[in-house]
Amino acid sequence: MEFPNRRWTMIVDLDLCTGCSACVIACHAENNLPIVSEREVVRGRAMHWIHLERYWDGAYPRIQARFIPLMCQQCELAPCEPVCPVYATQHSEREHLNLQVYNRCVGTRYCQNNDPYKVRFFNFFDPVFDEPLQQQLNPDVTVRSAGVMEKCTFCVQRIRRAEERALVENRELGDGEAVPACVQTCPPSALVFGDLNDPESRVSRILENNPRSFRLLEHLGTEPSVYYLRGGESHV
Amino acid sequence: MSERAQILVGRPPQPEDREQAQQIAQAQERHLLLDPRPAEEMEESILRPLSRGSVWYWTALLILGGAVLVAGLTWLTQMYWGMGLTGLNRPVMWAVYIANFVYFIGIGVAGTFISAVLRLLKFPWRAPVTRAAEMLTVFALATSGLFPLIHLGRTWKFYWMLPYPNQRGVWPSYHSALMWDMTAILIYLSSSVLYAWLAMLPDLGIARDRFEEGWRHRYFRILAAGWRGTEGQWRTLKTAITLFSLAIIPVMVFMHTIVGWDFAMAIQPDWHSSVFGPYFVTGAILSGAAAVIIVLAIIRRALHLEYFVRPEHFDGLGKLLLVFSVAWAYMYFNDYLVPWYGQEPAAKVIQQLFERGAASPLWLLMLFSNILLPWATLWSRRLRTSVPVVVVVSLFVQVGMYLERYLIVAVTLGRNELPFDWGQYTPHLAEILITIGAFSLIGFLFLVFVKLFPIIPMWEIQEGQMLHALRRIGALLVPTRAELD
Repeated sequence: MEFPNRRWTMIVDLDLCTGCSACVIACHAENNLPIVSEREVVRGRAMHWIHLERYWDGAYPRIQARFIPLMCQQCELAPCEPVCPVYATQHSEREHLNLQVYNRCVGTRYCQNNDPYKVRFFNFFDPVFDEPLQQQLNPDVTVRSAGVMEKCTFCVQRIRRAEERALVENRELGDGEAVPACVQTCPPSALVFGDLNDPESRVSRILENNPRSFRLLEHLGTEPSVYYLRGGESHV
Repeated sequence: MSERAQILVGRPPQPEDREQAQQIAQAQERHLLLDPRPAEEMEESILRPLSRGSVWYWTALLILGGAVLVAGLTWLTQMYWGMGLTGLNRPVMWAVYIANFVYFIGIGVAGTFISAVLRLLKFPWRAPVTRAAEMLTVFALATSGLFPLIHLGRTWKFYWMLPYPNQRGVWPSYHSALMWDMTAILIYLSSSVLYAWLAMLPDLGIARDRFEEGWRHRYFRILAAGWRGTEGQWRTLKTAITLFSLAIIPVMVFMHTIVGWDFAMAIQPDWHSSVFGPYFVTGAILSGAAAVIIVLAIIRRALHLEYFVRPEHFDGLGKLLLVFSVAWAYMYFNDYLVPWYGQEPAAKVIQQLFERGAASPLWLLMLFSNILLPWATLWSRRLRTSVPVVVVVSLFVQVGMYLERYLIVAVTLGRNELPFDWGQYTPHLAEILITIGAFSLIGFLFLVFVKLFPIIPMWEIQEGQMLHALRRIGALLVPTRAELD
């Protein structure tokens, strides 16, 4: 049986996002992300495949915090892909995903330089999981070693599992069956995930003629698969 | 022989003609090619350092070797613990290692290029300069070739970037500028080694005949590859050198253009510039010419080769330095003006960082060393023929060109489209030790080289001295040159 063509898409509703960072925690738990030391964070080596970028707007007393959850934008024309000399990062034409092959990566770090969103993370040291944290590692996801680049995969292991379950049960994959960890966790449901090729899916319906939708740094022509819905003045 | 066309070289001046004797002495003092010495004596003075070492030599060898050893151990430590030992962070993923890579390639690019251009255009003063320049290319290229490996996260997997047949059927991706780079460097390195060897063949033959026994005789016999100096061999050699000189210049231009493309092909603001190709080539020749000057000055002093390397050579190289300083300034102006006029937010931030921000001392020092200082000094013939002045200017050019690479790689990367991801980089101990080790490695290789090969091309000087002569036309003394081909 052939798997159908997918265009996996994520929507981030900035009006609903409260900046609680639950998605960051969920991602860490699902994808075996190491928690680097405080010293490393100060050096700018924090590793969060999804993280909240916060900007201050205006001056006191009319100051506003604006934040935007940022993860790999799974670009259709990803700048990080062609620069890899060993095909460690490449495009899945069927799913429109930007794949990262950890055990092929040699660590030139060119992809991160060419990534305008800076959402790729390099393992500067071997990851350390203190007792008993190593007990909760996800067996579906590789633990990456030192010298390897990594990034958000839209929880490709969860997508695979959902597709395989549907295949075994001999049915179509339903909308909302494949859910990345961050989307599942988001308390106000600010994150929505689905297949844009399916006109009935929730992402298709939300994005249809939505005046609030935009994509990050669209002028660069990277064609991201993550859509943001513009937030109003409701921020803290 | 008529009085007018009499060759005066080698003949003792007439006692009644004191003014003319003075003129001859002056010309001989200034120009190596008009001041011939017997072949025996010249060869002896060049080949003597091969079998005789001084305390200074062994001390220098020990110090440089020690620095190389420390750098090697640092590299091993870095491989064991991870790239975290460097100062790299999330926006700045390339820094000193890549700056070193570009810098050493730049030096390397220029050596063979200078030698090839001087040979093709038949500059008479080139003779003692060429071999040092060629060897600088080989050593600097080999050193720079280490840096892409040192900077890899998983160095031990480097062979995945080579196109070798394997079970998985995976080849490296030629979409990546890094692959173009590697190919170009390997071509340039191998052709530079061949070119240097070709130009050394007659000297290897001389050395083989001078050392009549011992391991040096056997060693030079193998390297000289049956060179006898027959008419046919000379003709073949001349053709081969000319062909190599012609072919190696475009290879060099391609290679350093591709190094520029490593950056220009990326969408990082201030890298994405179409002038980067020629800009990098000019910068490479600028830093390379300066490096040749420094190496020559050191060799001249250390091996007492004042007879061979004279102020006229520093004068010629100084002119080259000035020309390329002007060319570099023009390219830099291009690279600066266009983003400034465009006022794109990210590019603007980077330019402000250079002009007024934390990077401005480095930026100003770069402009001073690469433009202001060469322009202020090298226009004067008097200053150009003063060895200390030219060497100091060259040292400043080295600093300036290194800073240029550092600013492009390590500082520019800290700024990008999303201000949340801005960062700052400071070099850490591992990077500093490895950088010192890289400079030491070039010195170390030179030290080993001068013990194993003649560093001054004897045949080229002897040939030049045969072709050049002082002739008298009327009351005027004129240096003349005979054409062989």
